[in-house]
Amino acid sequence: MGMEGIGARVARKEDRRFITGAGRYVDDMVVPGMKHAVFVRSPHAHAEIKKIDVKKAKAMPGVVDVLVGKQLKSDGIGNLICGWMIHSKDGSPMKMGAWSPLAVDRVRYVGDAVAIVVADTKGQARDAAEAVEVSYKELKAVTEAVDALKKGAPQLHPEAEGNLIYDWEIGDAKATDAAIAKAAHVTKMHIVNNRLVPNAMEPRAALGHYDKAEDHYTCWTTSQNPHVARLVMSAFYNVAPENKLRVIAPDVGGGFGSKIYIYPEEIVCLWASKKTGVPVKWVADRTESFLSDAHGRDHVTEVQLAFDKDNRMTALKVDTIANLGAYMSLFSSSVPTYLYATLLSGQYVIPAIHANVRTVYTNTAPVDAYRGAGRPEATYLLERVVETAARELGVAPAELRRKNFVTSFPYQTPVIMCYDAGDYAASLDAAMKAADYAGFAKRREEAKKRGKLRGIGMSNYIEACGIAPSAAVGSLGAGVGLWESAEVRVNAVGTIEVLTGSHSHGQGHETTFSQLVAGRFGVPIESVSIVHGDTDKVQMGMGTYGSRSGAVGMSAIVKALDKVEAKAKKIAAHLLEADEGDIVIENGALKVAGTDKNVPWFQMALAAYTAHNLPAGMEPGLKEGAFYDPSNFTFPAGCYICEVEVDPDTGHTDIVQFVAADDFGNIINPMIVEGQVHGGIAQGIGQALLEGCKYDASGQLLTASYMDYTMPRAGDLPSFKVSTSNTPCPSNPLGIKGCGEAGAIGSPPAVINAITDAIGNNDLTMPATPQKVWAALQAAKKH
Amino acid sequence: MYSVNYHRAASVADAVKKVKAGDGKFLAGGMTLIPTMKSRLAAPSDVVDITRIASLSGITVSGKTVTIGATTTHAEVATNAKLAKVCPALCSLASHIGDPHVRHKGTIGGSISNNDPAADYPSAMLALGATIVTNKRQIPADKFFKGLFETALKEDEMVTEVTFTAPAKAGYAKFPNPASRYAVTGVFVAKGKDGVRAAVTGAGDNGVFRSKEVEAALAKKFDAASLDGVKVSAKGLMGDIHATPEYRANLVVVMAKRAVAAANG
Amino acid sequence: MSEVTINVNGRTVTKTVEDRTLLVHFLREELGLTGTHVGCDTSQCGSCVVHVDGKAVKSCTMLAAQASGSSVVTIEGLANGAELHPVQAAFKEHHGLQCGFCTPGMIMAAVDMINRHPEGLDEATVRAELEGNICRCTGYHNIVKAVLAASAAMGKASKGKAKAA
Repeated sequence: MGMEGIGARVARKEDRRFITGAGRYVDDMVVPGMKHAVFVRSPHAHAEIKKIDVKKAKAMPGVVDVLVGKQLKSDGIGNLICGWMIHSKDGSPMKMGAWSPLAVDRVRYVGDAVAIVVADTKGQARDAAEAVEVSYKELKAVTEAVDALKKGAPQLHPEAEGNLIYDWEIGDAKATDAAIAKAAHVTKMHIVNNRLVPNAMEPRAALGHYDKAEDHYTCWTTSQNPHVARLVMSAFYNVAPENKLRVIAPDVGGGFGSKIYIYPEEIVCLWASKKTGVPVKWVADRTESFLSDAHGRDHVTEVQLAFDKDNRMTALKVDTIANLGAYMSLFSSSVPTYLYATLLSGQYVIPAIHANVRTVYTNTAPVDAYRGAGRPEATYLLERVVETAARELGVAPAELRRKNFVTSFPYQTPVIMCYDAGDYAASLDAAMKAADYAGFAKRREEAKKRGKLRGIGMSNYIEACGIAPSAAVGSLGAGVGLWESAEVRVNAVGTIEVLTGSHSHGQGHETTFSQLVAGRFGVPIESVSIVHGDTDKVQMGMGTYGSRSGAVGMSAIVKALDKVEAKAKKIAAHLLEADEGDIVIENGALKVAGTDKNVPWFQMALAAYTAHNLPAGMEPGLKEGAFYDPSNFTFPAGCYICEVEVDPDTGHTDIVQFVAADDFGNIINPMIVEGQVHGGIAQGIGQALLEGCKYDASGQLLTASYMDYTMPRAGDLPSFKVSTSNTPCPSNPLGIKGCGEAGAIGSPPAVINAITDAIGNNDLTMPATPQKVWAALQAAKKH
Repeated sequence: MYSVNYHRAASVADAVKKVKAGDGKFLAGGMTLIPTMKSRLAAPSDVVDITRIASLSGITVSGKTVTIGATTTHAEVATNAKLAKVCPALCSLASHIGDPHVRHKGTIGGSISNNDPAADYPSAMLALGATIVTNKRQIPADKFFKGLFETALKEDEMVTEVTFTAPAKAGYAKFPNPASRYAVTGVFVAKGKDGVRAAVTGAGDNGVFRSKEVEAALAKKFDAASLDGVKVSAKGLMGDIHATPEYRANLVVVMAKRAVAAANG
Repeated sequence: MSEVTINVNGRTVTKTVEDRTLLVHFLREELGLTGTHVGCDTSQCGSCVVHVDGKAVKSCTMLAAQASGSSVVTIEGLANGAELHPVQAAFKEHHGLQCGFCTPGMIMAAVDMINRHPEGLDEATVRAELEGNICRCTGYHNIVKAVLAASAAMGKASKGKAKAA
């Protein structure tokens, strides 16, 4: 391939607009006559709504209207749904409580939307929102999942007795228990996976515009998947039929999962636009984002890992309680089940695995997928317990892992997944070499002289990207298919537009997707344009999450390119009076192999459109579409090694070295892949060291701004040492695996394993704040 | 933000008059006032911008006497060469307030008038035994800081400058809140002709205070080792999601040691 | 309401706005300069950083009225026509951005940082100086690289070896 094809470090095409301030995000959109919305939100975690009086607010300056949930209901707007059906082990379906886009008679978390105020300016809307009088009857609240399951706990939804959404299991309980019973050693742990707030830097926003003359709606929204938004808003929320609803996700400032879901605000803005006759824009402020964006993680787990006398793993038993918040968000049910428990085998041969998962309602913000989604929880659990087992067994952590690695493929785990390819020892070796693992003891001694406690920890993760195939995920309860679409339009002058159902919100698709096309046809990368994020332009797509755009989105493009190539070759063969099978595409021309006869790419394209001289029976034009449904997940895996220094006086942890060795299969643009890994690691270190979402017992969010929720800053992180190996993925045409989430999945256990190694106390929860580390050090001194 | 009227004052007298005319507030850098107004936790009828009053800004060093105008920014304090010669600890303190953009706007007068319990400057003023000069009077730092966001200032009273005698040695160390970067605990120590003063910010549940334990230990010898084994009581210290009183008590001693080490170079 | 006159990116503009109008909203809504972003409410994320009278400030924490009479440079005013500012060019070359939302503030902060450090920058200084800018995408790795490269490109001596990996 050329300098701009697959494997090249091509600088990003999209950058120019971002570095010059010309990016176009939802908040930058202006529609004539547009007004501004502010939501009235519940200040209580749990309360009955007795009365909403909007009279005063409506009379305030600049106010267009104030709308409440009863009006929304009477207009037939539907409740929000969770799109993945999970059945409990007794066969009963999950218990989905009603979630009205505007609460009608009850609020269930601080931030639950109660009314929308539309006014000339945002300031006026906020003034009026304060004048909306809502009388609440406060109810007792519960915020911790474990507490919500207790007898006598406040009940959130009549549909879910005991706040239990489902009680689900996977694996063989009997075999697992039997193996544990006769194990030579069992490591037991209580593991908490801390609740996080995704915090894409662009707050969520929506602009709803109802065009009365056309009876047509347009919604600009901060979405990772505009087509899914349109589908759900049409099929379930009765906003408008699909042909009357256009959803546009323009430049979107990061997502990390939090912008997958269809939230109340975009539904209400669309409905309010029709109701008021004006375009309605809402932009979250940061505290509103903290309160109402879907949060991530929040698991509490008991785990047992059993070994035989040779230190081979024999069984893993997991009992998890997952907090899903006040309502079931769009894909919330799948995260602690199929995206979590199916990865519990990790990189290891574990003959028996059983996991039980209970999900629970609490008076907190809804919880759904956040970068990694289930896989970080599985990895943290497993890599903490493996590291702990190594310490208990007195063997080197790397060697215990190595001994238990899966080494022959395909490997069928006891928990659904069938790993297709991998070389885990290669990643482990690469990471240990890059980290100079052998030299650690010396570094620890040197640090001790400076009064610092140095520790090292590793994590060997596996994850699954590009959830598929559609029929399989459908059988597991998914409400949607997980294919992707692409359309390749070769214009009459030979330039190429690629329409994709993937959505870029930082991943650089405009560059990598262009590289794929430019490399394939030998055309300049500038002659390729990527079109995405608009349901009027792209027919259908499933969007971007779960590291699927490479493995699934690009594979769809490959399929469409195959069709384009076939037709282009036919045209060229006809023009060159050659055999179709002899045509090759090189450097922007279609050539007769072994001769100098050729037709330039643009001439072939022109011929397709002039249609003066096409093969008999051929349709004019050159445009092909494809839908691609993968045959399997992809399985990126790798080894991360973290080295820390703890200041024993303050408990402050410095990450002094962080090494990542990932196997992502084939790579389109190494620069972009490295960037994805860097960002993922930063979020993983954030989870391990800094970020913890905290509610108080009454359900007030204590970490509702950057004053209290610690975002990783440049000074908190080192530069990372990243490398990749490239075992091609056999289940897609490009052999690529996906790299968007690995960093966030693999890094938290490496960090905590390193800190606990440094301080000699394994009893430490995330985030390992200075105070917690200091307290753990004090506790260790007492023992 | 609620509606507000903005004024620019031409002089101190003009500023005071404009503040008194309504429920007004003096506005200097605005690094606390504006966020507080944005979150609707403060709702002054008027804000009176005092940053264009030339007499309020600037640093003069005359022998050991340092005078800093109220609207002097943190960036100016951090980078002032004359101040760095006589009291580098204060430059260092200012260079760690907030972030570079905040330091371009935030002022010393605004910081001490606001008296945030986790702000850096109050500890320096107290440890340096500074005098806070207002449009009405001179107030010793010991009598100026009254508790959480409370000072001796009357409603129509404005800090115009602070002045102090540069001590023989001084140092500041803080442990920043990982999220907000305010001080979880910050300790300013100064060894002057009246002995050792050590003031603690961020830790007290009633704002900045002098630590008797630290001062007593350092009075014997102004050396970090003097603080070995010194215990500070957690009583009266703040507890929140970031730090318990016990943890803060530990930090008082640790930061005091580091401040002394910095002072001794 | 107040009449506010500001020189923005070399052009003097006068508008009558509510006194409570923040500088960032003045730029975005009155002037259509939407490159300056708002990412938080508490003056921490730095997405809104612009230069006022040559210094980086957070335009979300300043009234437009406070800036009346001042000169403001925003991300839109940084490039010299089609020619990118060296910091912009370095962010592109070193992949110092992903979603692009924090980028304008990050670049304005970087320009200010480089201006204040004529002696050159090292990695530790760059990381410390980025305290007022939050990025959620890049893990800062390539931002640090870009700032160091830009500092060097702008003719500053590079203090120490720029070990941004």
